[in-house]
This record gives sequence, structure tokens and C-alpha cells, in this order.
Amino acid sequence: MPALDINGSTTNLDVPDDMPLLWALRDVAGLTGTKFGCGVALCGACTVHLDGQPVRSGVTPVSAAVGKQVTTIEAIGNDPVGQKVQAAWNQLDVVQCGYCQSGQVMAATALLKSNPHPNDADIDGAMSGNICRCGTYPRIRHAIKVAAGGK
Amino acid sequence: MDTKTKPQSTSPASSSRRRFMQLSGAAGGGLLFGFSLFGCQKKEEPRNKPPSERAVGQATSANSDQPPGLARDAFIRIDRDGLVTFICPKVEMGQGTFTAIPMLLAEELGADLSKVKLEQAPASNALYADPLLGGQVTGGSTSVRGAWTPLRQAGATVRAVLVTAAAKQWNTDPGSVKVIDGRIMHPDGKQSLGFGDVADAASKLPLPGKVELKPASAFTLIGKPHHRLDSPIKANGQAQFGLDARLPNMGIAAVAIAPVTGGKLASADEQKAMAVKGVRQVVKLENAVAVIGDHFWAARQGLEAAAPTWDDGPNANVTSASIVADMMKASQSNGAVATNKGDALKRLGDKNGRRIDAIYEVPFLAHATMEPMNCTVDLKADGCDIYCGTQVPALAQAAAAKITGLPQEKVRVHNHYLGGGFGRRLEVDYVAQAVAIAKASGKGPVKLVW
Repeated sequence: MPALDINGSTTNLDVPDDMPLLWALRDVAGLTGTKFGCGVALCGACTVHLDGQPVRSGVTPVSAAVGKQVTTIEAIGNDPVGQKVQAAWNQLDVVQCGYCQSGQVMAATALLKSNPHPNDADIDGAMSGNICRCGTYPRIRHAIKVAAGGK
Repeated sequence: MDTKTKPQSTSPASSSRRRFMQLSGAAGGGLLFGFSLFGCQKKEEPRNKPPSERAVGQATSANSDQPPGLARDAFIRIDRDGLVTFICPKVEMGQGTFTAIPMLLAEELGADLSKVKLEQAPASNALYADPLLGGQVTGGSTSVRGAWTPLRQAGATVRAVLVTAAAKQWNTDPGSVKVIDGRIMHPDGKQSLGFGDVADAASKLPLPGKVELKPASAFTLIGKPHHRLDSPIKANGQAQFGLDARLPNMGIAAVAIAPVTGGKLASADEQKAMAVKGVRQVVKLENAVAVIGDHFWAARQGLEAAAPTWDDGPNANVTSASIVADMMKASQSNGAVATNKGDALKRLGDKNGRRIDAIYEVPFLAHATMEPMNCTVDLKADGCDIYCGTQVPALAQAAAAKITGLPQEKVRVHNHYLGGGFGRRLEVDYVAQAVAIAKASGKGPVKLVW
């Protein structure tokens, strides 16, 4: 029964070690902000942070999260960069259906934490694994720049 | 429809539109009649155990225990505390109805949009059929066009009875009473009343037969830029999609479906599936097998262990290539005539003319919403609760009623934000399948995840 640090709280979840972190979060811990889109690391909706690094929780076993800090969309607003990202998302009304947006915000926050002033190529590289069927890409790009201190 | 020059009065319209307006008129004002029943409930008693409710943007399903056909709470509900709830007849799948619809209501009602609570409309063709589509459907770019007049009239009707009640209380002329940002303003410009203060009195008043709608020049919301009401909760993980539904003791089902239309399940190893830790049950349908587990991972592992095989049935030899070949063959013969002007065949056969032949092929495309199809079913002997995202709540209700044998009014559809509709969620196949699985399971709530 692995002990996981999720958003600053340690929890013992009765789950197998090879269970993808996504299902431990959603079905067992009840944190449904992280989304299921494909299960095969193609869409990015399941993006969470492990020690601040973005990972696809849908293909990351729980065992890989032991001993690390798991941060999900529910808590990213407590992070100053995450807060800026969410503020920019709201200022520009990035979302449409919203299903991909938890993953987008997590990926964008990870990008800005490692690269505070990304250019378009940096944004492409960091965000291309998060797909959006509604096509909010232009606003995502713009919001990342706003969160980085631009306009 | 000319909204620019003068205030609009209710005017005769097509018969279907009139029926819709009568219902919404009764509902809009009648809401206040019905409100007193809700006022009798204790504040802390939620009617339907919804997820935690917040003002604006966090919608829950507005199923109530009211008998069907009681067109009281169709669009607007006002508590004695003055909490204004808008019930959205159009589902939100990214296209912005949960902002546009409240704008229509708030504009005419005079409500403070930032304080309004949003609820999803329950399944009801009688209350929520779109005048353009004839049923409770969201799609076809009809939401604002269809709601434009009826919802503004609903807002204006409720405003009218609030104003009349306030004017009576103040013993002043209703024509001088204004409603601004959720407050009813006395002509002296100082005194004001909240909606809740007069809701009781207003609920006893007769509905006005005719209401004036605001001229466009007076709009404070419509036509002005406005933030999406659901932006914040979609950026912080709080928005509830169908896949996020959670019920106590819920099992989660992974399903494999016959890969060919018309195919059947030939075999599935139930024992091997049940041997996987966390698997609760295996349900076999005619064309599918579902494994229900404590969590989706157990269900998926169990499904793989079950290793289903299929009898492909009468369409076993149909392929994309054979479908295209059939179409090519059919296109050589005469087809249905869409329109006929002049003598096309003669012109096309003219050797002196310039004829261009082209074949355009498009592949089959998966609708592929980001949120996989899903439906959670809580089936009891005396009723059924469905939790999902659907563009057609009444059809979902009907499908569930048919499979369960329950009367429609015992089937409650709790709609959610849709993680993409795109017309895919006009189909209720996943609802029907989830209900069939729940019925075959007989062991409490089941969430089906594709």
C-alpha cells in the first residue's frame, strides 16, 4: 500500500504498485480534476507534476510517485506560477469545453517554472503533447505569454 | 427580428413558438408560485445531493421531486434569501451557452450575473424543447437563436411581478421602479429591496399577459464583452464532467464491444477476469462484455484477462474498401435528384464544352471528444438516476426508461459539463449500454467508461 504525497498530504492508498497514478488520483483519492482522455500518453489530459516535473499520470505507475511530491490541478493554484497561469487563462477566457484544460494548465505551469520567458518554439515543444479538440491553441499560447509577464 | 428601434412586446408567433412562450411565461412567473414550496425546505437540505454548489459557473442538475408538467421552475428560481438560480435549457460543451443563456435571463430580469447560480435543466421535452428543434436538444447552432425571445420573456415576466410586488409594498407606481444588478430600486433612488424580500408576495401575483423587452439600446449585458462564467472552474479542475460523477459504493465498468456492427459476443473468460484483484463482476451483453471493478484500472485489467472473442455476424466482410467500392458502383447509376435546372446531362455530354470530372473521398472520422463516452447509472427498484454529459437529456431519459421499464418521470438525468459534444453526445448509445449493464449487474451504481 504505497504512501503518496499528494498536494502536500501523505495518503496511503490501497492500490497496486503498477496502477497508473491517474486512477489512484481519480477513482481512489477522489481527485477528479486530472482527466482521462486516452490512457496511452497521446493527449496530455492526465498531466500532473512529480517533484515539479510534468508527467502523464495515465501511464505513470503509482510506484514511480512514491517518495516524490505529486501536484495536481486542484493544488497548482497554490504555486505562484500556477496562480499566474490560471489568472491568464481566466483573463483571456482560454477554455471552451474545458476537458483538456487541467492538463494544459499543468503543462504550461511546468514550462514557465523551468523557462520563465518561453518563445514560440519553446511553447510548441512543451505544449505539443496536450491536445485540444476545441482548438483553443492560440489562446493557450497567448495566455502562456501573459503569464510570463507579457501581453 | 428588429430589436434596435423600439421595445418589443409579446407578439403572436408560429404556433410552436407560442406554445413554448406560454410554457416559459407560466414557468417564469409561476416559478415564484412554486418557489414557496422550495422556501418550505430547510436551507441546508439539498434536494438531490449535488456536488458542492457555488454561485455562477458551477452547475448541478435541477432534478426535483416536483411532479412532471409543473412548469413552475423552468428557468428562474428565487429563494427567500434572494439567491437567484438560472436553469439552463442548453447544455454547455464549450460553445458558451452557460454564459449566453444566463446573459439573456439576467438582462431582462435585472439580476446581478456574478451572483447567479446555474443549474442544468433536467430531462423534460415539455419544459425545455427548443422551438427551432422541437425537442430538448442542444446543437445545430440553435441555442441563442432559439432561446432569444422565450428566455428574455421569462426574465422580463419575473421582473414584472417582482416590480409589482415591490411597488405595492412601497405604495408607489410600478412604472417608476427600476431593477438594477439584483436590487429593486425605489423611485427615490435610495430605498431598495432584494429579490428575496418580495419573492413571497410576488409569487401570489397574477402573471402579466404582455411583457416589454428591453430595446437593444438599453442592454447592459447582451452585446457587451463578458467573461465566460465557467472559465475559472475549468482552469482549476473543479468543473464536473460526466466522467467525474462519483457515488458511494460505485463500481466502474470497462467494456469491450463487438468490433463489427451487428456482431455478437462469442466468448469471455469470466473466471480469469474475476481473479484480478479489485474486479467485482463480469456482465455479458449480446454484443459486449463489461467488467466492473473497484476502480477503472481493475476493470481494464479484468477486461484484458477476459479476452473476449466475437462472432462478427452478417457484416463480417464489410470493410472501408468494400464500402467505398459499393459507393463507386452506386454512383454510376441514377440517384435521387436534389435539384434540376436546365438540361445538365445534355450540357455534360456536349463534346465542345469543358467538362471536369473529380472524385472526392473523405475517410470515416471518429467523433473523438476529449472526454470518452461515459455514463453512471444508479438503478433502484423505484427509480433510476443517470449521471452523464448529454446533448439530449430527454432522449437519454427515454432510453433508460425503455430498458428499465420504469415510467419516464422516475428516470432522472443529471447532466454535466460535456468534455466535447460535437454532435457525438446527440447519441444515447452509451447511456443505453450503461443502463443495460446496471440492470444486468443488479449490484448498485455503475460508472461505464469507454
